[in-house]
Amino acid sequence: MSINEERGQNDLTEHSHNHSHEHGEMSELSDTELRVRSLETVLAEKGYVDSAALDAIVEAYETRIGPQNGQRVIARAWVDLDFRSKLLEDASTAVNTMGNVSPVGSHLIAVENTPKRHNMVVCTLCSCYPWEVLGLPPTWYKSAPYRSRAVLEPRAVLAEFGVTLPDQTEVRVWDSTAETRYIVLPMRPAGTEGWSEEQLAALVTRNSMIGTGLAQRPDEKTEGS
Amino acid sequence: MSNTIHDMGGMHGFGRVEEEPNEPVFHSNWESRVYAMNRAMGPLGLWTIDEGRAAQEALHPAVYASASYYQRWLLGLEARALQHGLVTSEELAAGKAIELNDRPNKIFKVEDAVGLTRSNFDRAPAGKAVFKTGDRVRTLNINPQGHTRLPRYARDKIGEVEAVRGCHVFPDSVANGKGDDPQWLYTVVFDGKVLWGSDAEPGLKVSIEAFEPYIEAL
Repeated sequence: MSINEERGQNDLTEHSHNHSHEHGEMSELSDTELRVRSLETVLAEKGYVDSAALDAIVEAYETRIGPQNGQRVIARAWVDLDFRSKLLEDASTAVNTMGNVSPVGSHLIAVENTPKRHNMVVCTLCSCYPWEVLGLPPTWYKSAPYRSRAVLEPRAVLAEFGVTLPDQTEVRVWDSTAETRYIVLPMRPAGTEGWSEEQLAALVTRNSMIGTGLAQRPDEKTEGS
Repeated sequence: MSNTIHDMGGMHGFGRVEEEPNEPVFHSNWESRVYAMNRAMGPLGLWTIDEGRAAQEALHPAVYASASYYQRWLLGLEARALQHGLVTSEELAAGKAIELNDRPNKIFKVEDAVGLTRSNFDRAPAGKAVFKTGDRVRTLNINPQGHTRLPRYARDKIGEVEAVRGCHVFPDSVANGKGDDPQWLYTVVFDGKVLWGSDAEPGLKVSIEAFEPYIEAL
């Protein structure tokens, strides 16, 4: 992938959800695209960035570093009680013992959903998110609606995600205001006794690890989720 | 800046949370380049993560609100590259280097993209932690001109220390060019009614990560 493969048109508003109007090679570049190209070219010519290294960063987040890592972590915690307690004690160390997920740095914290407590993660001040285990955050997580409302009316936000909790359930919102990073350990769905880690991982949605969803039940499992 | 639009917790008027089905990691090539440039520039040690945040917070609130996420990252990176003298506005306008100054000692290389783990923000403490788990504390009423990580909705509120998270780089210092000034970090949890009054949703508890200078004993 190179800077010459520009595509799409973005104006200065929130990105358009219509991505179908991609342009051919004769298209004009938007102001934003021109600014990005200009900045990269100047920084590369002056030795501050290596465009091949930028390609490698993009490739890492488009392939290796995504929610599949978190899915494996959660599935392991569901089947291995010793791992589960280590994860809740020190998630960074526990995840790095797994071997089948990409490495994580310091300050990862796992918080456990129970029948009495539902956890939900937000960053009201910017977009702090556990990149290493969940990849880059979805647009809604970084959006003003979520950042403004998650701490004020999380139940209303959850309802928009199709999640309704009993009134007596504590809803605990974690505002990521420092360099600690939170991942939610959702409850294991009923009806999954004897399932393998791989089968269980497929029930772990990204939203269930942010706290805006629950892990899928076996009867609602959908392809590619 | 602290009391500006990035501090969104509790604001009204932004509407529903809209989820995009099958959202791609990046929506266009330029977004991925902006992200990657930010990631590659970080390890050069020219600025800190908090200075990066402060650069976006310094955008005019109307620009912050109307720009997309990666447009803000672009504007923040341009601002820092200019402020640190890495590039000139003439170069950005021309789209090519004009003054070839000294190259940086290190650069993010292809092989550095193998790990991509987070930096460690732990620092040796100057003293013992003042607070412990279970302590009742009040957050300060502060309104600094510079960067802070104490959100407005959680200022001058009574809560409880739930965990001691170690001693970390202090954003309020490092973003303002005054060094790491390591401070103890706590998870402080508030009852929903303390933050939002009697209309708070049932069973709501909200926590922030509070640096020791943000809180006082009751």
